[in-house]
Amino acid sequence: MNYQLNHLKELESESIFIMREVAAQFENPVLMFSGGKDSILMVYLAQKAFFPAKIPFPLLHIDTGHNFDETIEYRDNLVKKTGARLIVGSVQEAIDKGLVTEEKGYSASRNGLQTTALLTALEEGKYDAALGGARRDEEKARAKERFFSHRDEFGQWDPKNQRPELWNLFNGKKAMGEHFRVFPISNWTELDVWQYLAMEEVELPSLYFAHKRKVFERDGILLADSPHIQKKPTEVVKEMMVRCRTIGDVTCTGVWPSKADSVEKIIEEVATTRMTERGGRTDDKRSETSMEDRKKQGYF
Amino acid sequence: MENSELLRFTTAGSVDDGKSTLIGRLLYDSKSIFQDQMEAIEATSLRRGESEVNLALLTDGLKSEREQGITIDVAYRYFATPRRKFIIADTPGHIQYTRNMVTGASTANVALILIDARHGVVEQTRRHSIIASLLQIPHLVICVNKMDLVDYSEEVYENIKEEFSSWASKLDIKDMHFVPISALHGDYVVEESENMSWYKGSTLMYYLENVHIGSDHNHIDCRFPVQYVIRPYSDEYHDYRGYAGRIAGGVFKKGDKVRLLPSGFTSKIKKIDTYDGEVETAYAPMSVTLLLENDLDLSRGDMIVRENNSPDVDQDVEVMLCWFDESKNLQARGKYTVLHTTQDVRCIVKEIRYKLDINTLHRNQEDLDIGINDIARVVLRTTKPLFTDPYRQNRITGSIILVDEGTNRTVAAGMVI
Repeated sequence: MNYQLNHLKELESESIFIMREVAAQFENPVLMFSGGKDSILMVYLAQKAFFPAKIPFPLLHIDTGHNFDETIEYRDNLVKKTGARLIVGSVQEAIDKGLVTEEKGYSASRNGLQTTALLTALEEGKYDAALGGARRDEEKARAKERFFSHRDEFGQWDPKNQRPELWNLFNGKKAMGEHFRVFPISNWTELDVWQYLAMEEVELPSLYFAHKRKVFERDGILLADSPHIQKKPTEVVKEMMVRCRTIGDVTCTGVWPSKADSVEKIIEEVATTRMTERGGRTDDKRSETSMEDRKKQGYF
Repeated sequence: MENSELLRFTTAGSVDDGKSTLIGRLLYDSKSIFQDQMEAIEATSLRRGESEVNLALLTDGLKSEREQGITIDVAYRYFATPRRKFIIADTPGHIQYTRNMVTGASTANVALILIDARHGVVEQTRRHSIIASLLQIPHLVICVNKMDLVDYSEEVYENIKEEFSSWASKLDIKDMHFVPISALHGDYVVEESENMSWYKGSTLMYYLENVHIGSDHNHIDCRFPVQYVIRPYSDEYHDYRGYAGRIAGGVFKKGDKVRLLPSGFTSKIKKIDTYDGEVETAYAPMSVTLLLENDLDLSRGDMIVRENNSPDVDQDVEVMLCWFDESKNLQARGKYTVLHTTQDVRCIVKEIRYKLDINTLHRNQEDLDIGINDIARVVLRTTKPLFTDPYRQNRITGSIILVDEGTNRTVAAGMVI
């Protein structure tokens, strides 16, 4: 008998352990759901962790109001299927209340405004732990992120003041008003996620598969044509076969020319691709340290 | 690819022995670097006026580090080959960062220790090896780097190997391996090299892909710390009471007779449950849910073990403690929270036996002032019994952390003796 798990099963076991740890250590956790494959994986792992009971925390979706339609449809189905409770935090509401000011112009995006809507929703719900689907391989500021990431009462991340994590001992102790961000899939790579979703035959939104879409090019990145993005006169819309590698706000999520219309083909594409998936995120390109700066302010 | 194993390794070395270059080389030669990452470091190298693309930049993390040109914390890197998936815990090697190395080492299967071929075994080499031995990393690989700067000399390599081996004989290292490399030029990292035709061993990558890690978990002594109790309260699962957790040691089978700690009651495993259905056996590090024959009241922090194989059940726990906190030293008679498996108890520091000099292994019984990065042998008295095994035997049931009750910071890590 060979008592050795394959790498996907070992990652699964680690993530389930973290989720159960959150349910045990915190009073009022919430799972941040973006509609992307990583948060779909998170919901799937949460189902596994607490089976046959329901997921013991709600899902929180920060709605920028600029979503792909497919994202909302998928979200609502998932909620129905799992019986999970859904909470929606609205960026539009934050704008209406004057908490944030909408960006103007060609590269206007509501992605940055999400931070305020997120912090507001976390505060209103009095959540003491917010589970997120961030991975350490995504971006250099995330390579040092902890599983249990401590946030001060302003929701800020201080890279110099994070707790060392050893073995499988996670210290979730905190003072009043502080909370944690918890990242159960920290150790997964993009390829791991796809291999796992394929192995488990998890249903995914159609956006991830190659489809025909009206797109235009900006700074070397293809963006979906949408009423939410102001185009420059020189930007020409054309129809192409594309797919999303990440799904976020429609204004900043690049699409990729692709013929991959099945999970197997996507895995092949991911395994041979020469660009990181966040290479298509215009929000990361604003400066060399934009992720680090946004994280310090409370972005996930 | 789906059947590949996961190997975690840690790298230890100082700023200039080529550790970042080695990691960059592993990532680059295994084709784990993306075009946009490569373009970014090419641009940075050019801007800094460096003649070649600096692979070390690939592992540079945060803005504050890039400004100072040092790494300040454990960073995790990922790459995969068709055989295995690798997680690197990249830890800085400065004297003040023993804490980070201990952290990175705690989950590693393999430790890579870099030696600069020009300088041979130095104080830092000894310190890193002692930590690897204390943390019981199952496999140690000594990479004699910068062989290109000593004309790829077999003699230099053999001398270093001999010096290290004779010194390391007093350490507790289960498996030790040597490889001569040049991280800068790639000799024997991923590719073999004509430059060292005298070397008959395999490349570093070959070693990482093939070293046997199947026995790195304890598969003998059954330990199941109860993490969370699953009670669905639904019509379908009305009387369901499942004990969820991650197996810390041994192999559990359906029908096994088990003992429950701390109560000492015995029962039988009725079912090992998962989302994917019932399984017959479960072993470390699987996350499963155990159901027992009898209706007993177990909760988080309790432990399920085999009837005739128990851990130590004791309120006095003796540990090798590594102190992490820069703001406060270990307080003799001080009170702390102890986290151990899924237990959360309080303790008092009953006795500080000695401070270990991690350069010489000298046991200092005079100076018992334990500050950041110090390692000491300490006896703790806990409010409730802990269920421990010696750390040598089980890294999960043999490890603790201490939490400061005022600041909630993790202030120390301990290995049970």
